[in-house]
Amino acid sequence: MSSFRGFIVKEFKQIYRDTRTLVVLFGMPIIMLVLFGFAIRNEVDNVKIAVLDLSKDEVTREIIGKISASPSFELNGYLNTYDEVRDVFKAGEIKEIVVFGPGFGKKLTRNGTADVQIITDATNPNLANLVQAYTSNILRDYISEKANQLQISRLGIAPEVRMIYNPALKSVNLFVPGIIAVILMLVSALMTSISITREKEMGNMEILLVSPLKPIHIILGKVLPYLVLSIVNVLVILILARFIFDVPFKGSYLFFLLEAGLFIMTALSLGVLISSSANNQQTAMMISLAGLLLPTVLLSGFIFPVGSMPVALQFISHVVPAKWFLIIVRDIMLKGSDIFLLWKETLILMATTMVLIAASLKKFKVRLQ
Amino acid sequence: MNDFAIEAKNLTKTFGAFTAVDSISFEVSKGEIFGFLGANGAGKTTAMKMLTGLLAPSSGKAFVNGFDVYTESEQIKKSIGYMSQKFSLYNDLTVAENIEFYGGVYGLSSKMLSKKTEELLRSVNFTELKDSLAGSLPLGWKQKLAFSISVLHNPQLVFLDEPTGGVDPVTRRQFWEQIYEASDRGITVFVTTHYMDEAEYCDRVSIMVDGKIEVLDNPENLKRSFSANSVEDVFIALARGAKRGDS
Amino acid sequence: MPAVEVYSIHKSFKKVQALRDVSFFVKQGELYGFIGPDGAGKTTLFRILNTLLVPNKGNAVVLGLDVVKDYKQIRPKLGYMPGRFSLYHDLSVQENLEFFASVFGASISENYELVAPIYSQLEPFKNRYAGKLSGGMKQKLALSCALIHKPELLLLDEPTTGVDAVSRKEFWEMLGKLKQKGITIIVSTPYMDEAKLCDRVALIQDGSIMQIDTPANVVKSYDRKILGIKSSQTYRLLKVLKQYEWMHSVHPFGEYIHFTEKREQPDVQALQSFLVNQGIGDVIIKEIEPNIEDSFMALMKEEAAHE
Repeated sequence: MSSFRGFIVKEFKQIYRDTRTLVVLFGMPIIMLVLFGFAIRNEVDNVKIAVLDLSKDEVTREIIGKISASPSFELNGYLNTYDEVRDVFKAGEIKEIVVFGPGFGKKLTRNGTADVQIITDATNPNLANLVQAYTSNILRDYISEKANQLQISRLGIAPEVRMIYNPALKSVNLFVPGIIAVILMLVSALMTSISITREKEMGNMEILLVSPLKPIHIILGKVLPYLVLSIVNVLVILILARFIFDVPFKGSYLFFLLEAGLFIMTALSLGVLISSSANNQQTAMMISLAGLLLPTVLLSGFIFPVGSMPVALQFISHVVPAKWFLIIVRDIMLKGSDIFLLWKETLILMATTMVLIAASLKKFKVRLQ
Repeated sequence: MNDFAIEAKNLTKTFGAFTAVDSISFEVSKGEIFGFLGANGAGKTTAMKMLTGLLAPSSGKAFVNGFDVYTESEQIKKSIGYMSQKFSLYNDLTVAENIEFYGGVYGLSSKMLSKKTEELLRSVNFTELKDSLAGSLPLGWKQKLAFSISVLHNPQLVFLDEPTGGVDPVTRRQFWEQIYEASDRGITVFVTTHYMDEAEYCDRVSIMVDGKIEVLDNPENLKRSFSANSVEDVFIALARGAKRGDS
Repeated sequence: MPAVEVYSIHKSFKKVQALRDVSFFVKQGELYGFIGPDGAGKTTLFRILNTLLVPNKGNAVVLGLDVVKDYKQIRPKLGYMPGRFSLYHDLSVQENLEFFASVFGASISENYELVAPIYSQLEPFKNRYAGKLSGGMKQKLALSCALIHKPELLLLDEPTTGVDAVSRKEFWEMLGKLKQKGITIIVSTPYMDEAKLCDRVALIQDGSIMQIDTPANVVKSYDRKILGIKSSQTYRLLKVLKQYEWMHSVHPFGEYIHFTEKREQPDVQALQSFLVNQGIGDVIIKEIEPNIEDSFMALMKEEAAHE
């Protein structure tokens, strides 16, 4: 048996025997999917709203009909005057009030514009934002329909990308790419760096270094099993997302897998790099969590949109590989984009990976000091 | 019962089908230096854990400083000191901070503590090293300091688990002089070691083989009854017959 | 050609000087021991010999190859056992051996004869995880793993630390057998009594070698007469002896306290009556042959006096 093959065999045996870690590695994506898919819902469901209709014409009736027909809203009553708004919000049940100005229908058909006010209870800003966005969406739909009927080209507002490709604003659609990125970082970077530093901590690295194994063999031997695990994990997430959460997948699977492979390489080389500067598992874990996982969760656009971050953070987010991967995956899954649309992001990811691989090979020491 | 620091009767610990400690019975008198020997895996560590109240026995009885190991482990912990090679000092705290910390753990008042700290530092000639990090001390010094700290709260009994491993011969002897001195003050010393010459320093020695205490006597009598030249020869004669070589 | 030649090596880490001016050579087929406590610099020295560390000054030649320039050629010829037995606890006994064989491009079957005397004792447990072995068995397995590629030089860093007296004895018997097969062995230990089992020993303390010689010569070079003194009240005896005007050194040493006097010819009669006067009546005094530990402590004292 060649020394390299022996090494790989040993790595797989060790991973296979560490049942607890395996359970975590495969349980984690499932738990995260379930959490983001069912529990942490960003979509709006049966939110109670009220209407102050100062126009009471056919158009407002139609719009109100549309809103109350949406499963997102539950129409909970009509207000008569503007003065009631505060009291209604104070009572707490109503989260949004839609106010139609006087002569709404007339103005709309004549001028192409009309006054509508959406007042939301912003004690829960997330919900307020969503409710508002939903309502605007319904309004815009109605207006564009109407515009077609009336053949008024001025009507209608520029569409927002997010809503077009995710019309129900289903949060799970957005989170799946993020979860993939987090899991890949976790399995590839964190596990690799821990597995290498464990050899150091136990003193086995000394023997491996003294043996005829080349440093590249040690690195590859450590990296290969996690490459396999990562790919399996990606597939598991994808299958779950597709068949349990009905997340759309518009792009090419092959292209997606290639991009995922690229990102795995990025993460693996980060893991190797971390392990060359950490001397024990604890340090490796801390660096991985603080240096990789946090940015992946917080700065990549997984949870908070990059566009709404302070400029300084936006700048930092450019060097977070997950940010580019997230753009790629979201575009492939939700828009069906291909390499011609995503070449820039892919190139950035590739360059990062090359630099990281070079750095980790260079930093991996053939001696102890 | 009050004449004994430790009294064990048919003390047993099983893990599943495996009997780690097999019905051991012995007494340790107050003020005695008691050597607890045995091969790796003979059951010493398990026995020590039961006596220090860390592990509940499966059967049998044991009293430490008159306290029942089943029901009074809290009182036991307060009345004993413990030191091992593996667990001794915080390397990232200074000498004085280490003393302060352990003093605090055992509830010494701050006035008492500062008095004790000074005494202790003087007794091991550490006064100038008060503010250096424990991690920067040579191993032997650390062990001496750790021992002083383990008897800081004047326990009636102190457990020493391989306290001198890897220490240079001069420091090792200074360490034993500390043990003698503690014993002279009336503290009972329960010690394990792999250095067989150290077994000769003990008042009495027990040798465990395969979970049982095979012999227990003073070094003199042991050597005589085995017609051996040293406790090491007695140990090897006994432990060679051990069936289980694993823990 | 000597197996190892080391010329005035210095090595320091940040502020700590781990090795100062260390020179020695080891003959082919020799069983060579480094005797010294933890922190003496033994591990650093071994890591220079196995090419994992580079000395700050001086140079070392192992099996005719330079440890810095030719590290790639040296490595496969070494069998190295680090201080903590580097076994994989989640692999079985046999898997560990297979792994180390494969990593060194060897197989168990081709070198089985070499490890057989040691490994055969482990074979009944070959499917047990290494983590479940006792200290003595781990030590045997680690030695088997270090040997499985038939190295020309064995570097064993504290193989007997923390292992009980029986396993230690067996271990040294195994080293004796390996030596007969012509393998050069360099071993380090903090247990002074193990020195006598080596062909030659280097006594090392605080990063420098205090003496190199055969164990017999090390003991012979100890020039004081040692009196072994015994009483039932050991601690009192120690204290009283320290007050004796001719006292040079007092060390508890197993059954007998080792005592040396400042004058060349100790006066046993005078000492006896001094002790009786101090209230220690049951005293036995006899002349005792020094051992390595006596020499080591005397050398330590000399070194300290030089500084």
